[in-house]
Amino acid sequence: MVARTFRFGRMLAVALCTSATVVCAAAAPMGYDDARHLLARTGFGPTDAEVREFAALPRADAVARLLRDVRTVAVTSPPAFTSVAGPLRPPPRDATDAERRAFLQEQIRHGLALRAWWLQEMLATPSPLTERMTLFWHNHFVSSQQKVRIARLMYGQNALLRAHALGNFGTLLHAAAKDPAMLVYLDSAQNRRGQPNENFAREVMELFTAGEGKYTEADIKEAARAFTGWSVNRETGEYLFRPGAHDHGNKTVLGQSGRFDGDAVLDILLAQSSTAEFITGKLWREFVSPEPEPREVKRIAQAFRSSNYDIKVALRGVLLSDAFWVRGNRGTLVKSPIEFVVGTLRQLEIPPPNGLPFAVLAAGMGQNLFSPPNVKGWPGGNAWIDANTLLARKQFVDRLARADEASQPMTAVAAPESPSAGPSRAPTPFFVADDQKARFQRLAREADRGLRSVNFDAAAWLAARSGATRTDKEYAAQALLLALPPQAPPRSGDDALTFIRATMQDPVYQLK
Amino acid sequence: MTPVDRTHSPHRRRFLCSAAALPVARAIGTLAVFGNAQVALAAAPAGTRYNRVLVLVELKGGNDGLNTLVPYTDPMYYSLRPKIAIKRDDVVQLSDRAGLHPSLAPLVPLWRESELAILQGVGYAEPNLSHFRSIEIWDTASKSAEYLQDGWLTRAFAVRPAPSGFAADGVIIGSGDLGPLAGGGTRAIALVNTEQFLRRAKLAQPTPIAGNPALAHVLKVEADIVQAAAHLDARYKFRTEFPSGNFGSAIHTAAQVLANPSGVAVVRVTLTGFDTHSIQVGTQARLLKEVAGGLLALKGALIELDKWNDALVLTYAEFGRRPKENISGGTDHGTANVQFALGGRVAGAMYGAPPDLSRLSGDGNPPYALDFRSIYATILDHWWSVDSRAVLGGRFAPVPFLKA
Repeated sequence: MVARTFRFGRMLAVALCTSATVVCAAAAPMGYDDARHLLARTGFGPTDAEVREFAALPRADAVARLLRDVRTVAVTSPPAFTSVAGPLRPPPRDATDAERRAFLQEQIRHGLALRAWWLQEMLATPSPLTERMTLFWHNHFVSSQQKVRIARLMYGQNALLRAHALGNFGTLLHAAAKDPAMLVYLDSAQNRRGQPNENFAREVMELFTAGEGKYTEADIKEAARAFTGWSVNRETGEYLFRPGAHDHGNKTVLGQSGRFDGDAVLDILLAQSSTAEFITGKLWREFVSPEPEPREVKRIAQAFRSSNYDIKVALRGVLLSDAFWVRGNRGTLVKSPIEFVVGTLRQLEIPPPNGLPFAVLAAGMGQNLFSPPNVKGWPGGNAWIDANTLLARKQFVDRLARADEASQPMTAVAAPESPSAGPSRAPTPFFVADDQKARFQRLAREADRGLRSVNFDAAAWLAARSGATRTDKEYAAQALLLALPPQAPPRSGDDALTFIRATMQDPVYQLK
Repeated sequence: MTPVDRTHSPHRRRFLCSAAALPVARAIGTLAVFGNAQVALAAAPAGTRYNRVLVLVELKGGNDGLNTLVPYTDPMYYSLRPKIAIKRDDVVQLSDRAGLHPSLAPLVPLWRESELAILQGVGYAEPNLSHFRSIEIWDTASKSAEYLQDGWLTRAFAVRPAPSGFAADGVIIGSGDLGPLAGGGTRAIALVNTEQFLRRAKLAQPTPIAGNPALAHVLKVEADIVQAAAHLDARYKFRTEFPSGNFGSAIHTAAQVLANPSGVAVVRVTLTGFDTHSIQVGTQARLLKEVAGGLLALKGALIELDKWNDALVLTYAEFGRRPKENISGGTDHGTANVQFALGGRVAGAMYGAPPDLSRLSGDGNPPYALDFRSIYATILDHWWSVDSRAVLGGRFAPVPFLKA
């Protein structure tokens, strides 16, 4: 496919570059393939128009533009419940069953509205990178509605992660640590002087900053003491420091001693070079390849740390690394379910009337927004694909590509089982309740209705590809949809629907 | 983990086998003798016995063990559960101390035939009371604060691969969660029912496995689907009747999978709804009735297939429930739990020890008596002849619930 993708752009680039290849790599228009790669890796499946626009830019300019255009707030309006301030009202200990059930059902409704909204934001945003980074931090500073329960707190965390998604990592760390959803999720409110709860102290070191093996169990115990007193104000739903619960004594963390509070410990963690390397390595696996190159990670991490943790510095380093652009690293990452679903809708230019069915479908493929499986987040990578999730993905594109045809309900298998508990990994159902199964069946029907509610005109879509002949248009479609040459090239000359369906059924369509 | 191409790379397979044989051979010299099974292993160090199937029955949500196997002579039990205790007269007495919930009465013939082993007080140190985390511990056979990526069965198949001609290493029925089969390496197939899987599997295409590791993984999974679809069918007509309802259908699907002549090493079915925080009595009675009916039908189907002697059925849950009932007529998350093992080769008896209700922790839970990994070790060493230490990362004393 390399030879036959968007030949015009490549010929132009070759013509410009014959005399001074080195200079030109930096300054010449990067062409269609590079632009597609950059946008597929930093957003959700790019549209043809987006790729063409970026194809005219040199790589560095394109990256600069992506970083310039990032947002700190969503473009779409969040669900109304998110603007209600005031006391958090989980059912009291002596609540009746009816009260508990009513509370649970309200939170489930809110949680679903939240998922629908975020998915719509991913479709609508002019800066897909902002949402990809918000999702990245959601999978880093993990909280789950399964435990937090109160959807408003989950929304608050989402807004926080977006506000700092490409801001300063130190600021983000301090804010995320005091975020009410996080305080609930990692039991900070149970962490009191004399009765420390080490949950947050352990995870902040292992998963949020320095990484495993860079601290001792003693460091965790001491740090837990520093975090005592961090709590949630039930009247306002905001962070509250309870001085009476704080351990004011001396602590020793990573070789430093003092009467540290939680913020001081976070600063000690930020001062570790391992923190910058840990985050950079994670960005590398998100954007470049499954195997970080240690020297490159070190180099980028140094710049990241010297910039006082400007996330844009780290991301620019990652996106302008040679490894990001080499051919051998293309198509080496598996699309997450959200990337798969949102990207498919974007690339086929299908605007759904409601995001919820598609959030449900992504959950059936193993990624239930706002409910990562545990504090380590979704493992991602190849683990996204198993027999069940692969068939769920294939069924989704199959159904979407024949949205105007009547067919079997697709969600029965895609819908995960519906335990009252919820599974630990893989397809996560919406959270805890006794009537789980019934609810999921309703959601599955909703997903089905959602698929039926969209229309996809395959002939018109293929006709809109560039190129003079049908064959050119087929190449252009493949160049847009696939990161690598197809494993099982569709027969040329099939009708448009058959051709597009076969292209999206190709194993390569799972990759970015 | 690097995907293992089982369909197209016999050399890779052989390498895994020989590498795995080393720790087994070393183990034989040092292991204590726990019965004839160990002798058999020593006689045939290279031979695993994956022709024997393991059927896992997950009671999701955390089945209440104390009302499953009732300590009906323990006054503590009745004082902790004034509202929800099973009355002594209703208990199906198995011994002078313990008996079954009345819904489980259909299992009594199995008990009399010594085909039902009851594993008591099963749990682990520093119990985690989160559903999600605790089932992950159970599925990955990790320590309480240890995070492992691969399920314990995935690791078993990495140490000793199942025969390549099998339809799959394992089939997960009615659940999207691969549980003990999670992780990249296994041929695990999740399906709801056979017909639906076969219909959908038409979307999968066999393609030679090549390319970068991500692509190779997708191609491998696709090949696994094709292979499973080629071996499974929904045509076998059982004389055994299966109970109506989701669990009955899941058991029927399990039986259909087991009817395929090419083999599968593991099947897991799941029954949900055991998270009985309130009004437990009716809910648990209904669920345990489903369990008993399903297990009995499964036995019938396995006898019909002449596989009862080569099948081990094991129930499990993420945790048990708290001895003291709560104010809503239910129970909260607990620890030590009871598990059942059934099959033609099971040595029917009670193992472990019942939860000691006089030694409850600060949050009201009893200590565990039997580490769940001992049960896994028993299955690995004595059911399949796979070195449990290579899989579990340590030695766990086996429980003699299998006949030699």
